[in-house]
Amino acid sequence: MTTLADPPVTPPAHPEKPPHRRARRSRAGRTNHAGKLTYAILAVAVLVSAFPFYWTVVAASRSNADLAQVPPSLLPGPHLLRNFEAVLEEADIGKALLNSFIVSGSITLGTVLCCTLAGFAFAKLRFRGRGALLAITVGTMMIPPQLGVIPLFMLIAELQWVNQLQAVILPGLVSAFGVFFMRQYLVQSLPDELIEAARVDGASTARIFWSIVVPVARPGMSVLGLLTFMAAWNDFFWPIVALSSSEPTVQVALRQLGGGYVHDQSVIMAGTLLGTLPVLLVFGFLGRQIVGGIMQGAVKG
Amino acid sequence: MSPYAYIAPFFTLFAAFGLFPLIYTAFVSLYRVELQTPGDMEWRGLDNYTVLFTDEFFWISLRNTFTIGVISTVPQLVMALGLAHLLNYRLRARTFLRTAMLLPYATSVAAATLVFAQLFGRDFGLINYVAGLVGIGPVDWQTGTVASQIAVSTIVVWRWTGYNALIYLAGMQSIPQELYEAAEMDGASKWRQFFHVTLPGLRPTIVFTVIVSTIGATQLFGEPLLFEGSISGGISHQYQTLGLYMYEQGWGFFHLGRAAAIAWVMFLLIVVLVGVNALLAYRRSRKEAVR
Repeated sequence: MTTLADPPVTPPAHPEKPPHRRARRSRAGRTNHAGKLTYAILAVAVLVSAFPFYWTVVAASRSNADLAQVPPSLLPGPHLLRNFEAVLEEADIGKALLNSFIVSGSITLGTVLCCTLAGFAFAKLRFRGRGALLAITVGTMMIPPQLGVIPLFMLIAELQWVNQLQAVILPGLVSAFGVFFMRQYLVQSLPDELIEAARVDGASTARIFWSIVVPVARPGMSVLGLLTFMAAWNDFFWPIVALSSSEPTVQVALRQLGGGYVHDQSVIMAGTLLGTLPVLLVFGFLGRQIVGGIMQGAVKG
Repeated sequence: MSPYAYIAPFFTLFAAFGLFPLIYTAFVSLYRVELQTPGDMEWRGLDNYTVLFTDEFFWISLRNTFTIGVISTVPQLVMALGLAHLLNYRLRARTFLRTAMLLPYATSVAAATLVFAQLFGRDFGLINYVAGLVGIGPVDWQTGTVASQIAVSTIVVWRWTGYNALIYLAGMQSIPQELYEAAEMDGASKWRQFFHVTLPGLRPTIVFTVIVSTIGATQLFGEPLLFEGSISGGISHQYQTLGLYMYEQGWGFFHLGRAAAIAWVMFLLIVVLVGVNALLAYRRSRKEAVR
């Protein structure tokens, strides 16, 4: 996952406005500076966004008796470590975290590789059936995979993969969105001349892929990787169907916590906190790229 | 290497784990299949569907899916539009604000639902405490039909409003500045500019978000499952959605065939809803073109 550590992405379709437009804007006399009211409303929105996270910390660091008090305590308490210990014991969050890292990491690497390969072929190679295959890929992008879970479960049962991590990893590699995203990225950022020049020099397509396409595609690949990692970490329906509490991912463990086996609210919140922390860390460090990726995907989609 | 070698890894996985399950669902829905013995399939024709349409809980969950869909999607998209408009001003701490708005999107359904279930607690939940301060309540967010559906929808609204705001913001930034300048010269107020320049310019984006939210709402599952942790969506199925009903039939009552029939009904529902959305958008844009 070294690609994730790359410097900030400046994709071609980045929505920031070029500076000259600002100058023109102010000449036209538009006062587009935000007023106090704008900041106030946005501050409220930020508070609403962030409050549940704060509350998770508060509830996870208190005892269950504290949570059953009126008025409720709004500041973190001293019991965070004790609640962590309890949840590690009761719901095996440790194993769940490890499994989630294995599953999400494999899905991310595999998806980025498959989608870059296919995206490159759709963007730059000519072959029979290209249009039709791309149409099928894009056409199924909107169909929720949840609707196919029953045959998928029968398939996994046939292969005797139930409760094994590959049952979650392999179906997780299918990303029609990823193929489309990488295709669009390469259409925009990889000039045909570069490929033709390499061909004239006698490079094979495989050589071109590894030494020209991948370096050019890297910023797109890391955005796709980030989005894929978050989606894989947070995936809920299929993992709870395919896995059980003896081989859980984080979401399976959280489902178990919420299913009434654990009655201690503060322990449940401690589990929620542990299960959310990894994505929050990714988001804290690379949030800008994720925001950019989503806005970019919106413009292209 | 042949060009097909590049698409082969994706299409092999896509065929096995994407396309095949989707199509095969229709086939499975015509059989009796038990969860413990998925290999034994017994032909039943349309029985799964007849049983479905005579089951009271199917209709309840269909209605719940619709009402929760409306209560969660409409406020979500309207607020997202407003936030996007504000985020489009020249702001200090722009990156921070955008990232903060997207924070809920990074949270899993399970985590968000567990936290909100706590906040919505009847006796010691923070929301009832605050409502009590202004003289409301205490509301029973679990048992009441309307209250529980509002609570479940709140989780959806919280998770997706910021995401949609950023999508709208991206759309707003691709509207040519010249249009605003022209409107300004014609003396249009900010308010009129929003309605006559921003909204028409955003139409494709709005159609996109409406379709995506509709699809999401139709298959809503994790929020109602974890709100109280019961697969029936509350004591009297008061907030059971189609997605949860499918899970209950398949993994609660072991009827995979019947669950497949529900999946197929959901698929048709999505096709119809998306079709209606697309048609409305198409007709409106034609009308405006004529005008």
